[in-house]
Amino acid sequence: MIEVRWHGRGGQGAVTSVELLAVSAIAAGKFAQGFPSFGPERRGAPVAAFTRVADKKINVRSGIYEPDVVLVLDSSLIGLINVTEGLKPDGKLIVNTPKSPEDIRKALDYKGTLALVDGTGIARKEMGVPIANTTMIGALLKVTGIMELDAMKEAIEHRFGRIAQKNLNAMKRAYDEIKIYN
Amino acid sequence: MALKSWKELPIGCVVSDPGSASEYHTGSWRSQRPIWDNAKCIKCGICYVYCPEGCVQQTEDGFFKADLDYCKGCGICSHECWPRAIKMVEEE
Amino acid sequence: MGKRIGMEVAIAVAEAVGLCDIDMAAVYPITPQSHIAEHLSDLVANGEIDAEFVTVESEHSAMSAVIGASGAGARSFTATSSQGLMLMHELLPIASAMRLPICMAIANRAVSGPLNILNDHTDIMPQRDSGWISLFVENGQEAIDLSIQAFKIAEHKDVMLPVCVNIDGFQLTHMVEPFEMPSKEEVEKFLPPFVPHATLHPAKPVTMGAFAMSDYFTEIMKAKNEALKSSKKVILEVWDEWARLFGRAYKPVETYQAEDADVLMLTMGSMGETAQMAIDQLRAKGIKAGLVKLRLWRPFPLAEIKAVLKNVKKLIVTDRAISFGGPGGPVFSEIKSAMYAEARRPLIYNYIYGLGGRDVAVGEFVGMFDKVLADTKNEAADTYEFWGVRE
Repeated sequence: MIEVRWHGRGGQGAVTSVELLAVSAIAAGKFAQGFPSFGPERRGAPVAAFTRVADKKINVRSGIYEPDVVLVLDSSLIGLINVTEGLKPDGKLIVNTPKSPEDIRKALDYKGTLALVDGTGIARKEMGVPIANTTMIGALLKVTGIMELDAMKEAIEHRFGRIAQKNLNAMKRAYDEIKIYN
Repeated sequence: MALKSWKELPIGCVVSDPGSASEYHTGSWRSQRPIWDNAKCIKCGICYVYCPEGCVQQTEDGFFKADLDYCKGCGICSHECWPRAIKMVEEE
Repeated sequence: MGKRIGMEVAIAVAEAVGLCDIDMAAVYPITPQSHIAEHLSDLVANGEIDAEFVTVESEHSAMSAVIGASGAGARSFTATSSQGLMLMHELLPIASAMRLPICMAIANRAVSGPLNILNDHTDIMPQRDSGWISLFVENGQEAIDLSIQAFKIAEHKDVMLPVCVNIDGFQLTHMVEPFEMPSKEEVEKFLPPFVPHATLHPAKPVTMGAFAMSDYFTEIMKAKNEALKSSKKVILEVWDEWARLFGRAYKPVETYQAEDADVLMLTMGSMGETAQMAIDQLRAKGIKAGLVKLRLWRPFPLAEIKAVLKNVKKLIVTDRAISFGGPGGPVFSEIKSAMYAEARRPLIYNYIYGLGGRDVAVGEFVGMFDKVLADTKNEAADTYEFWGVRE
């Protein structure tokens, strides 16, 4: 089982991403959970959302405290909240940022596996909006290998209709462009 | 009338006999009865309108009387009758 | 067969209710039930289901509306949470006394104050004695299945009682997870048309909710109690049929590794699956731990509980509510009362936990077992404790 914690701000679509990811993983024959950090929804406030994906039925229903992967949708949260809290020693940290790995490592005092991509830059170029939630699904799939990129197609099309292709293009670019630093 | 056991009650205690409340003669509650003085009555029908029990009826000659099976003797008809044609008298 | 899909559970509950050919729904939105209300109103507005969606101004009105509609012979549904359920409280015993087979989904949430919105069972527990059939689910599949079964149970001629399905708010309602959604054809085959025991109709007038004084009130209460108790027979029949048609079996009391257990834990609702993982960990260490999950809260499954608990030495009852100033959690009281006259009965421990959405991780369930097993002098038996409370 892979457990992922997403960090974003209210309104950036972290909850949408965990939903799309879970729906797609289930459609691909896997078992998955996607859920928000429960409580009031407040635009701009730091929020977390969670994904579990496994090959057999998932029984655990408590929160995720020791994630395998942390995905930071909004790098301005670094320093504001402890994004690496509980991240497993062999875990992976994915950050949406144009910054260098050195800068991120320094800011976080983090030595583990790091994966960086300028998701917001890609989203702006591909979709014309600085909303990187679907873009960063591509990054996550590349880093974790949870499933093929194509498995996202149906859920994205169902959700976004005529702008689905732009989301898929942005996702593909993040998949291709993300750099992993061990 | 013998009271029913819990097993004999209809489901949800639904009363399926319409108007069955009319079997209950509330006239037994009465300590005073209304008496009409038709010499004073102008047939306005205000007693009929105000009777909370709905037991005041108009007779063929146009005057009014109470159905004593249901009249509780409340005296509202007497109170409302402005020609003062209705008097409340003690039941024997 | 139904289709395996991933979907948010609250949306799926509305979809499942939409398969049941309801005539009307009156639902006032409240967190965390809102997605049920919203999606059901979407289904009606989009013409996907042929039903009336009554937009009411409160939960009191919602329950009043479904009582009226059910009395008129309509298959009626509502859903609520927490304060909404508290506002319905006054009407719940009226719905059951009038024997109206209303179905209600409850997205369980803590009752104020302070205002909280997250999950526990403090909303349903005060409704215990309202005369409703009350069921608990532990995952999305069960939420869907029981939401459909509820209509068949409620409307059975030998039942004619309202049913509520308790679905943990957020923990279940806001979870995207996999399940099989039965098809429209399958549900049509399973669920016969609603035949009311009486209807409000001008052509054949009846009186519902009439007055009764001391000469009849006792008999009426006895008849209602017997109706609720005997509904278990129908509930079991419906679950048998469901297992045959859909391959998923349901029991009033579910067990996991309970047969040879020395120590058992009892849960209700979504905590069951997480507790199950703790059992696996304890078993791996050689501890004979097991789990009992109470699905049927009313009518209370006395015989089944006694049968499951008769050989166990220690029992941990978990409660997600507290009877303030009372003997402990409400489930604890019920279980103790059920076992009191038994020749062999376990020592019973009570942990009040998961209040107002506080998470309980696998390790904490293990911790509860460890603590009870360490109580070799049985000093904490028959007492209750707020698990994890800061002293």
